[in-house]
Amino acid sequence: MSFLEYAPAPESTSVLKLKDAYGLFIDGEFVDGSGAPFDTIAPATGKKIATVSTADAADIDRAVAAARRAYDTTWSRLSGRDRGKYLFRIARLVQERARELAVAESLDNGKPIKETRDFDIPTVAAWFFYYAGWADKLDHAGLGPAPRALGVAAQVIPWNFPLMMLAWKIAPALAAGNTVVLKPAETTPLTSLVFAEILQQADLPAGVVNIVTGAGETGAALVAHPGVDKVAFTGSTAVGKRIAQTIAGQGKKLTLELGGKGANIVFDDAPIEQAVEGVVNGIFFNQGQVCCAGSRLLVQESIHDEFLDRLKQRMRTLRVGDPLDKNTDIGAINSAEQLQRITALTQAGIAEGAEAWSPECELPSEGFWFRPTILTNVATSNTVARDEIFGPVLSVLTFRTPAEAVAKANNSPYGLSAGIWSEKGSRTLALADKLKAGVIWSNTFNTFDPTSPFGGYKESGYGREGGRQGIGAYLQAADAPAPARAPGELGASGSAGAGSAAGAASSVAQRVAKAVTKPAASKSPAAKAAAAKPAKTSTRKAAK
Amino acid sequence: MTRLAVPKTYKLYLGGKFPRSESGRTFEVRTPAGEFLANAALASRKDARDAVVAARGAVSGWAGATAYNRGQVLYRVAEVLEGRHAQFVDEIVQQEGVSRAAATAQVDEAIDRWVWYAGWTDKFAQVAGNANPVAGPYFNISVPEPTGVVAIVAPQDSSLLGLVSAIAPALVTGNTVVVVASERFPLSSISLAEVLATSDLPGGVVNVLTGSPAEIAPWLASHQDVDALDLVGAGDLDWVALEQAAAESVTRVSWPEQGPDAAAPSLERIRQFTETKTVWHTKSLL
Repeated sequence: MSFLEYAPAPESTSVLKLKDAYGLFIDGEFVDGSGAPFDTIAPATGKKIATVSTADAADIDRAVAAARRAYDTTWSRLSGRDRGKYLFRIARLVQERARELAVAESLDNGKPIKETRDFDIPTVAAWFFYYAGWADKLDHAGLGPAPRALGVAAQVIPWNFPLMMLAWKIAPALAAGNTVVLKPAETTPLTSLVFAEILQQADLPAGVVNIVTGAGETGAALVAHPGVDKVAFTGSTAVGKRIAQTIAGQGKKLTLELGGKGANIVFDDAPIEQAVEGVVNGIFFNQGQVCCAGSRLLVQESIHDEFLDRLKQRMRTLRVGDPLDKNTDIGAINSAEQLQRITALTQAGIAEGAEAWSPECELPSEGFWFRPTILTNVATSNTVARDEIFGPVLSVLTFRTPAEAVAKANNSPYGLSAGIWSEKGSRTLALADKLKAGVIWSNTFNTFDPTSPFGGYKESGYGREGGRQGIGAYLQAADAPAPARAPGELGASGSAGAGSAAGAASSVAQRVAKAVTKPAASKSPAAKAAAAKPAKTSTRKAAK
Repeated sequence: MTRLAVPKTYKLYLGGKFPRSESGRTFEVRTPAGEFLANAALASRKDARDAVVAARGAVSGWAGATAYNRGQVLYRVAEVLEGRHAQFVDEIVQQEGVSRAAATAQVDEAIDRWVWYAGWTDKFAQVAGNANPVAGPYFNISVPEPTGVVAIVAPQDSSLLGLVSAIAPALVTGNTVVVVASERFPLSSISLAEVLATSDLPGGVVNVLTGSPAEIAPWLASHQDVDALDLVGAGDLDWVALEQAAAESVTRVSWPEQGPDAAAPSLERIRQFTETKTVWHTKSLL
């Protein structure tokens, strides 16, 4: 028996009070969705947890109408102080039900209870607590006096940090005075629905937050809905691009938090033990299913061999297995689809010449699992050095000079995160200036805080979440020009509570949903120019 | 006996030089009464791409200059503009057919607005950035940085003021610019380029294209090396298609504005083409 073998220490699921089936949360009540219900499963076992409703276009109409009604009649009339007090209540209720939420999250997502208990859920509470205090201080948010809310925000979030992403979206939106329709990912809707119960306990006015479940088509219908003033999306770069194309000309403000291929740069003067720990945290935290993961290790050539030996030694101590076991370091991959993608990309890397190494570990026979893996002999042009794998797979590259490290780190269409490991502060700061990334961690990685803005450069998206900048994404200056809209587009304010035009709205939503689920249009500039030409004749003007 | 005037050839401004369009094309610029003023270069898509290359090449130098230095250079632009005040008034009167008083007011405001933006270079980061009190032993700071290459469709209803109002805020933080000038009033843009070329502004930081925005803008919008697209003057184009083309590379897009207040000076015009960079650094335990 090695020192790694522990008796199982599973967290009890008795704290959960789950229902067999969940509806949509619209206008303060759970209602059945009109689409075909689906099961949410536990990725560690493949077993069903609960049945969840699918919102179709008509449900989206109802949710947006409820949000508009709540905005017009309640939320926009409430004082900042009172909005803040609701958010403080929510923060406290999350803390009170923290263990239940942690267990539900680990069950539904597959991530270790160690992470949901010590990171995800505490961060959720912290996010609400932080933005609660902003609600009555908006004059100091940096947009001048008396900034205005945008209206109804459509928010679509991913499956990697389900409740945390909800908090990152809902807390600043409500603090700024907006109302919300949020769609969680189809593989991880559970904690959003438990959160809806918390909103009922907090007595949040009906319609201020609406939660609609479903797959990509539900999300597409939501962001395209003409009753929406603001769209916030976290997810893949491909879907982010399609959303931006879909809502162009609709007068909706957009923030996108998309993919990444973060470089973790280790210099020969780095504190090596800390760096090894940071690299492990950078790529194996949450099974590497993190948009800002340090998925490219750039290690200085002179310490490459020693560093890799130590990294492998550390990886041999990682415990892979039951997410609900308190000893587990690495849990299950979120879905069969994601496991397939990780496997395919890793295979592509090996086919291109990379050498794969994983510690020996026994994987459970059911569910979705992938061994923590490092790929060496990787060239900058290889698939695994360019494409986001979104799994526990680290590509190792080397550099000789700081200039080469910067060039390699920036050699990516993404620009979300980067790490620097060195004891030389002056060089670290010079490097931080030159790295094209929204978040730079020096001698640390994957640290998050509600006061600290997070978001990307380049194709990692635009806008920031967290901090003072994060609330700016849900506000406009008092004297800001009205959003430009193509003629014929029903504006949110123009449609006066989209519910009144529910039929028309749903047909628009369906039309755009189809467009969004289609593959992206031809990439050739000629095709784009041709598309740009026909309407040259000034039929479209900015609405002022 | 009257002296025979020496008319100016209006060319493009690319990479700090004044080339003709590679296409060899020109178009006639006339007064509102129809009188011939000059031939302007009709920029092609190749010119647009050359402009992006020049702008990309100038980013590291301009963004890497100190904020104080950028402020001095931009203030120098205002000084040289002031020296050419009368020339700009004449050109505006000729192109727009407005009174001298109106043209003078436009030039005055353009210069004053440029000075306003010049003063922001070493203050913007203080206003838009901040320290973050994270719950742990970290030094944590957020600062704005330039997005990179900004392609601009300049306001179309004004010769100089709209152009200045769109260019200057992008330059403040260190972006470089490719601007498509007003199609009807292109002459002031090339005269402004002459001012920029003699004001210590590094070549390639501003690149000016004259011609048809409808023809050039789609190439800029879909260009993978353009980081941000300012459609402020694109209200009469199919700007939705431009925004959609820009989305293919997650290019930041700013919407059309129309009317006399288009591109009015604001902090937001500076902020819209910046990225917030947040740096965490550990603090050791003492």
